[in-house]
Amino acid sequence: MSGISWERTGRLGYLAFCSAVFLFLTAPILVIVPLSFNVEPYFTFTEGMLGLDPQAYSLRWYRAVAEDPEWLRALANSLVIGFASTALATALGTLAALGLSSPAMPGRSLAMGLLISPMVTPVIISAAGMFFFYSDLGLAQTYPGLILAHTALGTPFVVITVTATLSGFDPNLTRAAASLGAGPLRTFRRVQLPLIAPGVISGALFAFATSFDEVVTVLFIGGLDQRTIPRQMWAGIREQISPAILAVATLLIAFALLLMLVVEWLRRRASAKPA
Amino acid sequence: MRAAALVLPLAAFILATFVAPLAVMLGRSLYDPLVADALPQTLRLLRAWDGERTPPEAVFESMARELLQARREKSLGRVATRVNRVQAGLRSVLLKSARRLRGTPGSGAWREAMIAIDPKWGQARTWHAVRRAGERFTLRHYLHALDLDQAPGGGIVRQPPDLRIYLPLLRRTLAVSLGITLLCLLLGYPIAYLIANAPPRRAHLLLLLVLVPFWTSLLVRTTSWIVLLQTQGVINDLLAALGLIAEDQRISMIYNMTGTVVAMTHVLLPFMVLPLYSVMRTIPPLYMSAAASLGASFLQAFRRVYWPQTLPGVAAGSLLVFILAIGYYITPALVGGQSGQLISNMVAYHMQQSLNWGLAAALGGLLLGGVFLLFLVFNRLVGVDRMRLG
Repeated sequence: MSGISWERTGRLGYLAFCSAVFLFLTAPILVIVPLSFNVEPYFTFTEGMLGLDPQAYSLRWYRAVAEDPEWLRALANSLVIGFASTALATALGTLAALGLSSPAMPGRSLAMGLLISPMVTPVIISAAGMFFFYSDLGLAQTYPGLILAHTALGTPFVVITVTATLSGFDPNLTRAAASLGAGPLRTFRRVQLPLIAPGVISGALFAFATSFDEVVTVLFIGGLDQRTIPRQMWAGIREQISPAILAVATLLIAFALLLMLVVEWLRRRASAKPA
Repeated sequence: MRAAALVLPLAAFILATFVAPLAVMLGRSLYDPLVADALPQTLRLLRAWDGERTPPEAVFESMARELLQARREKSLGRVATRVNRVQAGLRSVLLKSARRLRGTPGSGAWREAMIAIDPKWGQARTWHAVRRAGERFTLRHYLHALDLDQAPGGGIVRQPPDLRIYLPLLRRTLAVSLGITLLCLLLGYPIAYLIANAPPRRAHLLLLLVLVPFWTSLLVRTTSWIVLLQTQGVINDLLAALGLIAEDQRISMIYNMTGTVVAMTHVLLPFMVLPLYSVMRTIPPLYMSAAASLGASFLQAFRRVYWPQTLPGVAAGSLLVFILAIGYYITPALVGGQSGQLISNMVAYHMQQSLNWGLAAALGGLLLGGVFLLFLVFNRLVGVDRMRLG
């Protein structure tokens, strides 16, 4: 029976390895969240925290963030730039995906390559290029400059998610709508849009998350007035790391989990539908 | 026609806000008119110079006048910096000369006056450097980025070993990216297999665990690695509390290459797991049982039946991770310290600190070329439109 016990040992070893990898994937988050409630200004667990002493936990770092005008301005900047670039990216990206999915589209793979390029170009190169170009145009250190930059970085996500939804789309539906007398705009609004809505929303959330987490172009073409949350965290990590960063990080984790669950819910909804 | 009209707005937008900036940057790596515009007469005269002996008096006079002119126009500092990049040490020579030449000597005495200010004016290589800095179109930034230099005779030579910075850094970037790719494959393959073969509900839950880091802000994750890995951090505290290491033996795992590798592997692992998972999901478990029932051991069945079918996923994930790794900037910049820097950090350094934009653009151009080639391979093998997000 040694064969079976070998198999069992192998299986257990395999599961232990997988658990370790899952721990690796989630550990950083598991550590940050409790530490953000540390009453002491330390970045490690105190004895009180380990003993689950309520005195060892506090909301002081959350209060510090909420009262800090710099963090609040960063939040406002992140939201303004995030919403504006998401709106632009979603509109442009959805249109382009509709065109790309049409069988009549000439040079499809070339166009796709061009539209996807901001996603695969190392962001340091994009940011360096934008720095020169936007400075010459007077767009450096302005909101419009950053919004344009973040839109460019966000559009590939919209193109990809919407194209993916459209690949399961039956072209006969648009033809049917047209034969029933609907114009192109009406066909889009009443037939296509409801069907691709999950893809559009997912794409928009991806675009927003991209902008909300983007720091390199902000470093290169943003000025002091355009400091966003990631930029503020960057400064915090580089200059004087304060536990307030952990509070911000925890809030961002909560936000990210929310976005993720919405996108996953949309994906399941889209794929649950019969193709 | 209508399809193209729908794509056009975004295509135009990407060309204007993204491709044009990259083109301008690449232009900067090849074209720099600053010195040529500041010293036009001198450069014209130098074209007739034999390149061996000290140039004639007319060259000195023109150089002196144009240096003084540049000083008046406040462009001297930039001109001197450019020349200095061709030959180190010339910046101070140019600045000093322009400062001391103000009491202009009579005609015919420029040469003596300048050599008196600095004997380097009497050396041919100084003038070669001026001539090269004056080229409008130049490959010298690319040569520099590859640790090469142009010899005064015109041939291309390698930089002396102590000045070779970029090739070792390029090699390091490639080696680290390859290592991270393998590490991601090693960690990602087993869990992708686990998820692909789990019952649907559990698979979905496990997939969410993979996606959590994918969605979490990069800066948040970087912060948490600092908290975990620093010498007074959670892991060192744990090891010390367990008595595994002494207080004075705390391990430095961050602000060095270890920090870069750990944090980047964490960031890139989902990009490996997701393509693997999509491929593995389509492989019926029956194949493995069939192989087993035919008498194959698990390893044999895996090697001969399962692994070959997952190769498309392995290729897609590995290429994606490798492409993302060679251009990585944020993580090495924050947790890499000195030894954990990659080529992207050098681009940033020349953009922001040394202000040698031509060199930054050339390094960026080389990196971009590499990524572009890999992306073409990725597109051939996988196809961009089959990329799954999140």
